[in-house]
Amino acid sequence: MFRSIEFINMRLLKIILGITAVGIPGFFGIKEIIADPVYFMELFLGGLTRGSIYALIALGYTMVYGIIQLINFAHGEIYMIGAMTALIVASVLGLWGWNSAVIAILAFVFAIVYSCAYGFTVEKIAYKPLRNAPRLSALISAIGMSLFLQNYVMLAQTPNFLPFESLIPDFEFWEPFAHIITAVEMTIIVTTVITMILLGILIKFTKIGKAMRATAQDKVMASLVGINVNNVISTTFVVGSATAAIGGVLIACHVGQINFFIGFLAGLKAFIAAVLGGIGSVPGAVLGSLVLGISESLFTGYFWSEYEDVFAFTILVIILIFRPSGILGKHEISKV
Amino acid sequence: MKAIFKTVALALLTMAVFAVPSFAGDTIKIGIGGVISGDLAPYGISSVRGAEIAVEDINAKGGILGKQVELLIGDDVCKAEIAVNMAIKLVSDGAQMIVGHVCSSCTIAANKIYKDAGLIVVSPASTNDDLTLKGEHPNFFRTISYDGAQADLMTSFAKNTLKAKKVALLHDKGDYGKGQMDLARKYFEKLGGVEIVLFEGVTTGAVDFSAIVQKVKRSKADLTMWGGYHSDASKILSLLKKKRVKTTFFGGDGIYGSEFVALAGKYGEGVYATGPNDTSNNPLFKATTAKHQKKYNEDPGTFFMSAYAAVQSLAAAAEKAGSLDFDKMKAALISNKVETPLGKIGFDKRGDVIGAGFSVYQVSDGKYVQVN
Repeated sequence: MFRSIEFINMRLLKIILGITAVGIPGFFGIKEIIADPVYFMELFLGGLTRGSIYALIALGYTMVYGIIQLINFAHGEIYMIGAMTALIVASVLGLWGWNSAVIAILAFVFAIVYSCAYGFTVEKIAYKPLRNAPRLSALISAIGMSLFLQNYVMLAQTPNFLPFESLIPDFEFWEPFAHIITAVEMTIIVTTVITMILLGILIKFTKIGKAMRATAQDKVMASLVGINVNNVISTTFVVGSATAAIGGVLIACHVGQINFFIGFLAGLKAFIAAVLGGIGSVPGAVLGSLVLGISESLFTGYFWSEYEDVFAFTILVIILIFRPSGILGKHEISKV
Repeated sequence: MKAIFKTVALALLTMAVFAVPSFAGDTIKIGIGGVISGDLAPYGISSVRGAEIAVEDINAKGGILGKQVELLIGDDVCKAEIAVNMAIKLVSDGAQMIVGHVCSSCTIAANKIYKDAGLIVVSPASTNDDLTLKGEHPNFFRTISYDGAQADLMTSFAKNTLKAKKVALLHDKGDYGKGQMDLARKYFEKLGGVEIVLFEGVTTGAVDFSAIVQKVKRSKADLTMWGGYHSDASKILSLLKKKRVKTTFFGGDGIYGSEFVALAGKYGEGVYATGPNDTSNNPLFKATTAKHQKKYNEDPGTFFMSAYAAVQSLAAAAEKAGSLDFDKMKAALISNKVETPLGKIGFDKRGDVIGAGFSVYQVSDGKYVQVN
């Protein structure tokens, strides 16, 4: 999965060039952009926000897939649990009358800790016993886990939508730009960029990152050279869950409501983004998410929002026709 | 054998209905076009029961114009061809006013007979737009809102009260939401003077609606109408507010309720929505429900109250007109306001009910408050 990092610059450049040179003008003409550049900018930034959201969730899918070739369908639920935890913590602390900045930080911390704990436990319960079983068994186990977590939250909390008071204030200094991109959207983009950089450092320069890359390449060989594969896999789940939790809290702030089912659609879109970028590849997931988010946003803006999903899936089909393993994915034969 | 038995039973039942003796002049006869058998019987029976209890109440108070009221009950099985035959029978049996029918197709078919006979018809259940809007049924009134009533109310409120010039219509692509916005578009086009600058559907439950919100902003719509439910509505609404889009938000009964107010929070203030009139606190509603409970030992059905109100309106109009003359009755129905279980209702010139149906509400201090 992480081998592609070396080649990313050249390939990324080619792809971005390809999309901008052929895709965008081909779809709606450069005239539209020139006629109303502000509108284009608004749509582009909106798409960037949406792509960042997808990316935070897609990372978890792609990292897990890269290491154990499993599509972790319970990942969307980890994201939902992150948002739920933040809501509960924020409501309780809000009742105690704490400072809003403290509440925001604590809510984020608790959401990350809880989601990591869930991600860790899910792996231990649902996937570890099936590590050497056929892939299909693990996939079914993942779907079962997803359904279990959804229904567990529904029964333990409520089936209704809950209002989610934004933890990120409408900063006053941001007011002049608020009509183009809201403070929350800006926070989402900035947080995603920071998370990506931290993740990149983790994978590229730390010991555990090196171990992750080794495990991704060859589990048996990695264990032979003294890497504790189980620990590495657990770490991958924990890191993926942490990014999902960040995504969950940010999106809840963005849309202002959550319920037990939000993980499904968000998870599905993020999964598509991961496949689009090449599942198993970290830069691929980010790129796929951004391509999906931006193209959805532009399509809605210039065409019809009715067909937004149709368009998203059409892109997926087209890209998979030409590059069956995704934009940045490495070619391999897989059964799932 | 069974089929023969059914036929005989039906024949006997019909004969029983038609065998009501006619004593011209002694009683006032109200014919009711109900549905007593067939798939839609539960609806039709509720309307027949409503009329029956209303007639009992009126007779207990001395009847209409000093005469006791008699009910002629027909069964059209919700089939237009049977409805016509039934109408001919009711007329020849001497019905002087008609309550019914239930199914719109039956009402449209049978009303030709009633119109020629010069009878006023008040339907408790037929909601088809064309019955009143086309002007082909001058003798027709109804105590239930027509299909497009909500869209009609929304659009006329948007134009006349909110003074909207440019409108964006958004919906959730579902039957309910899109249907509502399709009707709204139709009514806006009919009204004229309001430009529809956007008509779009969105994916329900999506993580982000910012693109559609930017689109609304670009369209410079001063009013955004929403056809759909409260969860997506509050997402779109909060983004509209966060992006400083100056547009008024107006939804149908899908966003009318405390759930929406709770979800939207501070962004919900000032939002308009249409919702059904609340009648459960009406003392007459409680009293008639109790009567139905006593007689049938169950809660009243769908059209019970509107049928009760239909008979009440007819009786009140006859009292006011002083005779059963068609023109006088019609004028009385239009000018009269009657206290019914549905509230104080009257009729407009087209024959549609005023006072029952839908109202416009606005969120103020975290609560929906009626504004029209």
